[in-house]
Amino acid sequence: MAQLTYREAVARGIAQEMARDENVVLLGEDVAKAGGVFKATVGLLEQFGPNRVLDTPISEQAILGAAMGAAMTGLRPIAEIMFADFLGVCYDYIANEFPKTRYMTNGQVGCPLVVRCGNGGGARFGAQHSQSVENWCMQFPGLKVVSPSSPVDVVGLLAAAVRDPDPVVFLEHKSLYATKGEVPDGEILDTLGTAKILRPGRDATILALGLMVPRSLQAADVLWAEHGIGCEVIDVRSLVPLDTQCILGSVARTGRVFTVEENPRQLGWGSELVSIIADEAFYDLDGPAVRITTPNIPLPAADALEDLAIPSVNRIVEMIRHSLSA
Amino acid sequence: MTQKTRPTAGETVPTGGISPDKRLEMYRLQVLLRQAEQRAYDLFLENKIKGTSHLSLGQEAVAAGAAAAMRPGDLSFCTYRGHAHTLARGVPVEKVLGELMGRDNGLMRGKGGSMHLTSVEHGVMGSYAIVGAHLPIACGAAWRAQYKGDSDVSVCFFGDGATNIGAFHEALNFAACRKLPVVFVCENNLYMEYTPIADVTAVKHPGGDRAGAYGLERIVIDGNDADVVYLTMVKAFARARAGEGPSLIECLTYRHSGHSRADPAKYRPPGELDRWKERDPVSIYRRRLETQGVAAETLDAIDAEIHRIIDDATKACEAAPSTSADILFTDVYADGGCSWRN
Repeated sequence: MAQLTYREAVARGIAQEMARDENVVLLGEDVAKAGGVFKATVGLLEQFGPNRVLDTPISEQAILGAAMGAAMTGLRPIAEIMFADFLGVCYDYIANEFPKTRYMTNGQVGCPLVVRCGNGGGARFGAQHSQSVENWCMQFPGLKVVSPSSPVDVVGLLAAAVRDPDPVVFLEHKSLYATKGEVPDGEILDTLGTAKILRPGRDATILALGLMVPRSLQAADVLWAEHGIGCEVIDVRSLVPLDTQCILGSVARTGRVFTVEENPRQLGWGSELVSIIADEAFYDLDGPAVRITTPNIPLPAADALEDLAIPSVNRIVEMIRHSLSA
Repeated sequence: MTQKTRPTAGETVPTGGISPDKRLEMYRLQVLLRQAEQRAYDLFLENKIKGTSHLSLGQEAVAAGAAAAMRPGDLSFCTYRGHAHTLARGVPVEKVLGELMGRDNGLMRGKGGSMHLTSVEHGVMGSYAIVGAHLPIACGAAWRAQYKGDSDVSVCFFGDGATNIGAFHEALNFAACRKLPVVFVCENNLYMEYTPIADVTAVKHPGGDRAGAYGLERIVIDGNDADVVYLTMVKAFARARAGEGPSLIECLTYRHSGHSRADPAKYRPPGELDRWKERDPVSIYRRRLETQGVAAETLDAIDAEIHRIIDDATKACEAAPSTSADILFTDVYADGGCSWRN
């Protein structure tokens, strides 16, 4: 057992898979010699050499396209798109190429690859380096979307993503890179499509992802300590595939559900989850399903403004308390 | 093979040690592509092929010359104008026409259609309908070959229009930096969709004039001469297999039909099509073979054999059932289905 930071867990997970399978290769901007701009790939070049750990030019289409061609012909590439916002310049591969290839070729060709990105806000980087792009990615049949919130989940879900025969977008939260957690020794392999109940509760279900998970846990502590409201906090972890059973089971127990997301109000991932709950668990609900989101604005850079935009512990507490008392 | 000025098709006859068998193979391929595309066009007019289609009529020499230079195991990456390149690798005509017609005997049983022809067993690693997207993908396949020590070469075909999209430049730079075994083949048919490529491009030769930016040799060839294409490709393959890196080959050619099914190509100046038809690759090649002493009967027999193949394929497709509904939901994910939740 070791205490690892979230960023160290990324390197640990990649190293675990590269050591296991020589077909696993890593490419991206600054990932080799510099160890990544987020220092999440430190030591991999030294351990696995320049044929398996590639510094690329600032060419996001070349990065994702090359990953795809390599994946189609037998490798298991891990491609880093530094800031998730940059998926915008190579979105063709996310939208048109990776997810459709297996279907269009009637199963002849798969794209077993992982796209890692630094996702999410809180770092005061402004509107083009702070977005949460889960909703950009989860709308395409054929693509999987995962986002861990703890170091141990980073290792296990990254391993699962690398071994998965389908393309996976793996969203690492930038504001979690420095956080620490216990990570067991030895190989760690998790399962895509599994949510985790991190805290049981009988009054309400909170569905969260990434940075919103620790904030939701803190909010649950406050709601219990100060208001006697018991919240069941679920780390959704994987949007595609989605652990609907875990989510609907919890809603059936608590009768209330709150999604906490960094996606903007307009068509964030919470809207799809709330839609599923409305379709399939309507009669379990004792009140409206509530989305706690970033407002429908580009993210501002200034700390005072960004803190107002992204759901805070206090906002989560107040919205749940207000909604349950209504 | 490098030529500094626009070549004139058919005037020079490269010998280059091409064997008589190889020449007959290229003739046969060009006739096959010509007749198959004409049949596809006819089937459209009969409304037996729906959707859209982008024909290579007039451009057969590029596909035939390139395919004749490829080895089994080499990989083709094609565009939406990819029927010819797919057929040239040996994919049966019935599979291609069946796919165009949405029949169960189609190459992908109707799930891809005209713009996505793929046959892994023939090394056809896909036809890509987003302009330029497949250049980086071909780089990735070549990177795999380099990393694994495999001897195959990836060949990426694209039109002149693709040279103005970012992915073209990203791929060329990436491939040149890493000396990848990939051959980029630009089919310059003078028009990007409906617009003359010269009207929207800063250089005269959209492929060749960009090569220098990536440290590559400027190669502009007569794309209507299968022998020229073949010899140029042989050289590029040798370079790729020797670890010397990519090549960018601009093939000057012309499409006899419009951009797609919907395009009557009325934007072309009067007489242009006729002038290019005088440089028709199939006719040029036939005349050359006859000049070299190949009996007309031999060539007529090839024509007739191809005609039978196309007719048989057409009949088989017309008799084949429509694609069955049970594959609507299959092969979205590797587990075979489309479920994204438990």
